[in-house]
Amino acid sequence: MKIVVCVKQVAMLGDEVEFTPDGRGVDPDYLEHALNEWDSYATEEALRIREAAGGGEVVVVSAGDEDAEDAMRRCLAMGADRGVRIAGDGIPAGDPITTARALAEVVRGEGADLVLCGVQSSDAVQGATGTALAELLGLPRVAVVKKIEYDHAARKAVVHRELEGGLVDVNEVETPAVITIQTGINEPRYATLRAIKQAEQKEIEVVEPGQLGPPAASVRRMFVPPRGEGAELLGDDAAGVAQRIKQIVEERLR
Amino acid sequence: MGGTLVVAEHVRGQLRDVTKELVTAAAELGDGPVTIAVIARDPGPLAAAANVPGVDEVVAVAVDADGFSADTALAAIEQLVSEREPSVVLTGFTVDAMGFAPALAARIDLGFASDVVAVRRDGGALVVERDFYGAKVRAELEFPGHDRVLLMLRPTVWAPAEGTGSATVSQLSVASESRSRHLEYVEAGGEGDVDITKADFLLSIGRGVGEKDSITRFEELATAMGATLGVSRPLVDAGWMPAARQVGQSGKTVKPKVYLAFGISGAVQHLAGMKTSGTIIAVNTDPEAAIFGVAHYGAVCDIFDVAEELEKLY
Ligand SMILES: Cc1cc2nc3c(=O)[nH]c(=O)nc-3n(C[C@H](O)[C@H](O)[C@H](O)COP(=O)(O)OP(=O)(O)OC[C@H]3O[C@@H](n4cnc5c(N)ncnc54)[C@H](O)[C@@H]3O)c2cc1C
Repeated sequence: MKIVVCVKQVAMLGDEVEFTPDGRGVDPDYLEHALNEWDSYATEEALRIREAAGGGEVVVVSAGDEDAEDAMRRCLAMGADRGVRIAGDGIPAGDPITTARALAEVVRGEGADLVLCGVQSSDAVQGATGTALAELLGLPRVAVVKKIEYDHAARKAVVHRELEGGLVDVNEVETPAVITIQTGINEPRYATLRAIKQAEQKEIEVVEPGQLGPPAASVRRMFVPPRGEGAELLGDDAAGVAQRIKQIVEERLR
Repeated sequence: MGGTLVVAEHVRGQLRDVTKELVTAAAELGDGPVTIAVIARDPGPLAAAANVPGVDEVVAVAVDADGFSADTALAAIEQLVSEREPSVVLTGFTVDAMGFAPALAARIDLGFASDVVAVRRDGGALVVERDFYGAKVRAELEFPGHDRVLLMLRPTVWAPAEGTGSATVSQLSVASESRSRHLEYVEAGGEGDVDITKADFLLSIGRGVGEKDSITRFEELATAMGATLGVSRPLVDAGWMPAARQVGQSGKTVKPKVYLAFGISGAVQHLAGMKTSGTIIAVNTDPEAAIFGVAHYGAVCDIFDVAEELEKLY
C-alpha cells in the first residue's frame, strides 16, 4: 500500500511587512516558515492508515523551493518514508491550479492507493489544490474530511465530510482517491529527537516541474488592507485595559 | 456568450444563504445575464427559492444523486458552461464547492481564485481581491489569457438578494457517474453543556491560551464576569473543549451583545461565526492580528496579564 501526502511549507508574517519592488509579493525577509498545520494532520492520518494496515509506504510530495524541505523533513521525522520535491521557483503564488499541475506529474508517477492533502494552506487559504490535483489525476475526491475508514481490499473508503455548522456528511468513495484533511481528524505525533536525526538520512528527491501552462491567476499588486474605522485602542497597560473592558461590558449589558 | 453562471448551494433541501449572496455579487458585477444552476435529485422547490431579484434564468438541473456529489456537480456545471459560455462562474467558498470548483477550473482551464472578497471590471479585465498571510495582506489578482474565470466568493461579504424574482425557469437533466455516494448526515457537536448562541456575553479564547491547563482559569474568569466561555477551533481539535463551545464556520454562529476575543487571530472561518456581534473587544499580542479588523475595541496585550487584572475587578 502506498499513500502520498502533499505538503506545503507555509509563510507567516509578523507585525511588519514590506513588499517586493514590483509590489506583487511580500519581501521574503519578513516571512517566517513552518509546515502547514493541515498537512501535519494529513501526514499523521497517512501514518495511521499505514500502521493499521501493518505496512506500506508514505511518500511526502511538495512543490516549493529548497526551504520547503524543512517542512518535508518534519513529515519524515513523524515517520514518512521518503520525499519528492518539485522545484517550485516557477510556480506563481496565489495559483493553486498551477501548483496542482506541478504536483500531478509526480503524484501520478507514484501510483498511490490514497492521496492526502490538507484542506487549505494557512498562508493562502485557497482550499483548492487537492481538488484540482484529483481532477488532473482523474481520481475521485472528497474535501474537508474529519474521519476516514479505509478498506484497502475493497478499494473504497467511508469518509466524514465536515460541512458548515459542523454537520457531517458521511460518504462512500472509490479509491484511489484524493482526500483533503481537516484539522482535528487526529492528534499529530511529535517527532522525537532521534526521529528528527534519522529523518536527515531519508531521501528527498528533487525534480523539475514539467510544462505547467499559463497561470490560472496572477497577482497584480499586494497591499495592507484598509482596516475601516479600526478598533479603538484601549491602551497597553493591562490594568487600564481591564478597567475599560469592565466599563464597556457594563455599559453594553445594561 | 457572456453572462454569469451562479452555482446554487443547498443542504438537506434548503437553499443556503450564500446562494443569494452570489446573486448580489453577480448583479453588482453586471457581466450580462445572470443564470443560476440548482443541481439536485429534485431541484423544483429549490429552483423556486433561488428565483430572487437579479436572476434572469434559473436552470433546474435534475441529477441522479442524493445529497451532494462532487462528480455530479462537476459534470452538470461543465455541461452548463459549455452550453451557456458564461464569462464568470460563481460559487461560494464553501465545503461543497471545495469539492468541485477547483476541479472544474483544472479540467477546462479556467482562470481561478477562491475566498474572493471583491470583484470588479477594470477596463474590461476582471480584477478580484483576496487575502494572504492571515489576512495581513490583501492582493489584487487578474486573469490574463482567460476569458472565462471561476471565482469562489467568501460567504457573508455580499448582502443576500431578497424577495421573489421574475426569472425564467428551465430544466436540464444531466446523467453522470458518481464515484462517491452520500450515506447519511450526522449532527456533530450539537449537544453540549451550554448553548453559546443564547449568551449575551461571550468570552472566547483561542490558541493564545497556549496549553490545556490554562483553560480552567479562563473558565473561572468567564463565570466571575457573567460571561459564557466560547473557543476557537484549535481548542476543540486538541480535545480540550467540546465542539458545542466552538465559534465559527464549522461551529456556532453567535451574535452576543459583547464578544470578548482573547488570543484569537481572527481567521476568516472564525470571523464568519462572530463578526456581527454587538460589541467586539479583542486582546492579542500581535498588533496586526486580523481580529482587530472587526473589533470595536482592541488591546495589544498579553491575555494572561489582562486576565490577572480582570480577576482583581470581578
Ligand atoms: C473548513 C474550515 C472550517 C473552519 N472552521 C472554524 C471555526 O468554526 N472556528 C474557528 O475558530 N476556526 C475554524 N477554522 C480554523 C481557522 O482557519 C483557524 O485555524 C483558527 O480559527 C485559528 O484559531 P486561533 O485564532 O485560536 O489560533 P491562531 O490563528 O494560532 O491565533 C492565536 C492568536 O493568539 C495570539 N496570542 C498568542 N499568545 C498570546 C498571548 N499570551 N496573549 C495574547 N494573544 C496571544 C497570537 O498573536 C495569535 O493571533 C476552520 C478552518 C477550515 C479550513
